[in-house]
Amino acid sequence: MNKIIRKRRLSENVFEMSVEAPLVARSRRAGQFVIVMVDEEFGERIPLTIADADPEAGTITLIFQTVGATTMKLAKKNEGDFIAAVLGPLGKPTSIRGENGEKPGRVVCVGGGIGVAPMHPIAQALKAAGNEVTIIMGARNAGLFVMKDEMAAIAGDRLVLVTDDGSSGRKGLVTDPLKELCERGEVDEVIAIGPPVMMKFCALATKPFGVKTVASLNTIMIDGTGMCGGCRVSVGGKTKFVCVDGPEFDAHQVDWDLMLKRMGAFRPQEIAAKEHECNLLKAAGL
Amino acid sequence: MTPKEKMAIAPQAMPEQDAKARARNMNEVALGYTAEMARCEASRCMQCPAKPCMQGCPVAINIPGFLAAAAEGDFAKALKIIRRTSLLPAVCGRVCPQEKQCQKFCTMGKLLKDVDKAVAIGRIERFVADLARENGTEETVECAPKTGKRVAIVGSGPASITCAADCAKAGCDVTMFEAFHKCGGVLVYGIPEFRLPKSIVRHEIDNLKKLGVKIETNYVVGRTRTVKDFLAEDGFDAVFVGTGAGLPKFMDIEGENLNGVFSANEYLTRANLMKAYEEDKADTPFWHGKRVAVLGGGNVAMDAARMALRLGAEKVYLIYRRSMDEMPARKEEVHHAKEEGVEFHILENAKRILGDDNGFVCAIECLRYELGEKDASGRRSPVAVPGSEFTLDVDTVVVAVGNASNPLIPSTTEGLEVNKRGNIVVDPKSNMTSIPGVFAGGDIVLGAATVILAMGEGRRAAQGILKYLGVHV
Ligand SMILES: Cc1cc2nc3c(=O)[nH]c(=O)nc-3n(C[C@H](O)[C@H](O)[C@H](O)COP(=O)(O)OP(=O)(O)OC[C@H]3O[C@@H](n4cnc5c(N)ncnc54)[C@H](O)[C@@H]3O)c2cc1C
Ligand code: FES
Repeated sequence: MNKIIRKRRLSENVFEMSVEAPLVARSRRAGQFVIVMVDEEFGERIPLTIADADPEAGTITLIFQTVGATTMKLAKKNEGDFIAAVLGPLGKPTSIRGENGEKPGRVVCVGGGIGVAPMHPIAQALKAAGNEVTIIMGARNAGLFVMKDEMAAIAGDRLVLVTDDGSSGRKGLVTDPLKELCERGEVDEVIAIGPPVMMKFCALATKPFGVKTVASLNTIMIDGTGMCGGCRVSVGGKTKFVCVDGPEFDAHQVDWDLMLKRMGAFRPQEIAAKEHECNLLKAAGL
Repeated sequence: MTPKEKMAIAPQAMPEQDAKARARNMNEVALGYTAEMARCEASRCMQCPAKPCMQGCPVAINIPGFLAAAAEGDFAKALKIIRRTSLLPAVCGRVCPQEKQCQKFCTMGKLLKDVDKAVAIGRIERFVADLARENGTEETVECAPKTGKRVAIVGSGPASITCAADCAKAGCDVTMFEAFHKCGGVLVYGIPEFRLPKSIVRHEIDNLKKLGVKIETNYVVGRTRTVKDFLAEDGFDAVFVGTGAGLPKFMDIEGENLNGVFSANEYLTRANLMKAYEEDKADTPFWHGKRVAVLGGGNVAMDAARMALRLGAEKVYLIYRRSMDEMPARKEEVHHAKEEGVEFHILENAKRILGDDNGFVCAIECLRYELGEKDASGRRSPVAVPGSEFTLDVDTVVVAVGNASNPLIPSTTEGLEVNKRGNIVVDPKSNMTSIPGVFAGGDIVLGAATVILAMGEGRRAAQGILKYLGVHV
């Protein structure tokens, strides 16, 4: 059981929660995630990236969007409530340029929608390792940006905002500024986190320039320990388990179309479950 | 009774749920003996002085001893005899491959020239264990005085349960760490309710708690803390690693990543552990397979095939590349699967899986096989018949071709020796690994094996740990 210490609503359907998990807070590194269960007997196990951690307070910060039944249940919980389980930290930590043997350089972080949250600790670590960090944040409209101030604190004037409708920053797609930076030869490495389609197009954008591009995948998971294979993807023609071999992979090697299809495996059931949950919330006057 | 009179007693059949009805419910298939049946079956034992059955038992239970007690109706004594060497009789009575172990060597079976007519040792074992559990008459075990030694147990399958119990009984302070939210390992996530009711596993875990074992679920050793942290910083004096064989093998064929293709581990975990079949309650989505192909011929494949029926499949094909004789599954499960309507496709193997435009499985292409020369394992190896391809329309494929060992602990524990299959190497007498104070046992050492072997390993490791810690038993 893990206690919710703090809860904030970041936008209409995005929430931030700090949860007690002292051991995870102590050992987690940038890029790792946890598996969360809201209730134990009939709950589902879902992966959520660790956006931040406070080892002294023994808490981790999770940022999530209400996309399915479980995230809606989680959003209903309040400060002081408990969630059944937080398992982690899982996955391999991000290999941070400047710490991994490669010389510090110019790194572009592309965060789409809620993908900005898991990008935060990575961008922090990249900066700390002496890289020049550019952050491109994309959202459908200005109201959907999360953690803008935190990201600005890292990137300073190298923060680029992009919206679909032009309500904030540039109008267009995150791949536009990314391509321009590549064309000017100002990029040594790209990290992309966001919806799979966005990551796919980031990979396509950087490929012609031969710029190393890493994507953090967010597949369906059950155990998170390599036991079931439900999270599998194809990378460079080989089957990989995202929970133990990832979550980060060479974006140029990922079979994006396959991954996109696999993400839809349970879509009809998920839609039904979400509607059911929405109806319950409505009935409860929430 | 003379041997002749004993031979004349009819073997007691196991009462079972009707095949049609049970194929659509999750309740246990085998209903268990009555006291009368158990006594009668036990009285068939010849009490042969050579005790051949004991050679077949991996933990050398005194079988004629407990059968003699059961034949007299002293079921408590029978259980006490079993418990001397086996911790989990209610589980083993249900899932051990008796026809390959104790019952294979039974003189009665030999005399009647049919292993199925051997004394039903497993069923009697199950009966005496169930009786005591249901009546609450299990003996309470006294732990030895506290030794002050602390033991960490990684995983909560049968190897870990046994090791934890033995260390706790000897007065150690034991903590068990399990990655999942429920304890029991394969007994809860793999073996289905209809074969092993989860209340039995829960009962065994409660027994551990009564011995003072502390349990930490949702804790991945290697990530949350490492084995080395346990020893160097967290104050543990020894660690037992019983993490099982949980790394599903796939066949490496075309179409294996289509939607609707599952490892047996995923398929069974969704149903057993996550209760996806209780659709109105469970949040884990449920896959509505109508035509299901299961690849493999072991217990895991049988469980997946029979689970598919219970999840509403209209057709279930079990595709196995060798012949019936080579099938590694327990005989009783094969028999039950057939009765329930699983269609056996023997000497056939999947060549590729076909999908529709949206990436969902729509058919499986198979090849026929023939038995060729004997291979290194002594089994005749199957060879594909060229040009024998045919397809079956299916919407679900479950791959049950085995499990390799999970690399998480070895990869996060520097200096831990593994063999080329990834199994942890241990000293055969003490189950100590290449790192002093770190012990291992069960499937992580043996490769995917059996519950009874895992239990035996857990017990041996406990002895190794106690000796290492200088605790006298
Ligand atoms: C579907 C199925 C049916 C089977 N049927 C039979 C049968 O009929 N008869 C029979 O004898 N055998 C059967 N077996 C095999 C038998 O279940 C296993 O041999 C036995 O359970 C192995 O026990 P174990 O204690 O080694 O590990 P497991 O039972 O595999 O337990 C290992 C536990 O460790 C946990 N774990 C793993 N890594 C970590 C970590 N890093 N940190 C914390 N926890 C961790 C896992 O979550 C798991 O709970 C079957 C297996 C399966 C999958
Ligand atoms: S989530 Fe089960 S193997 Fe990755």
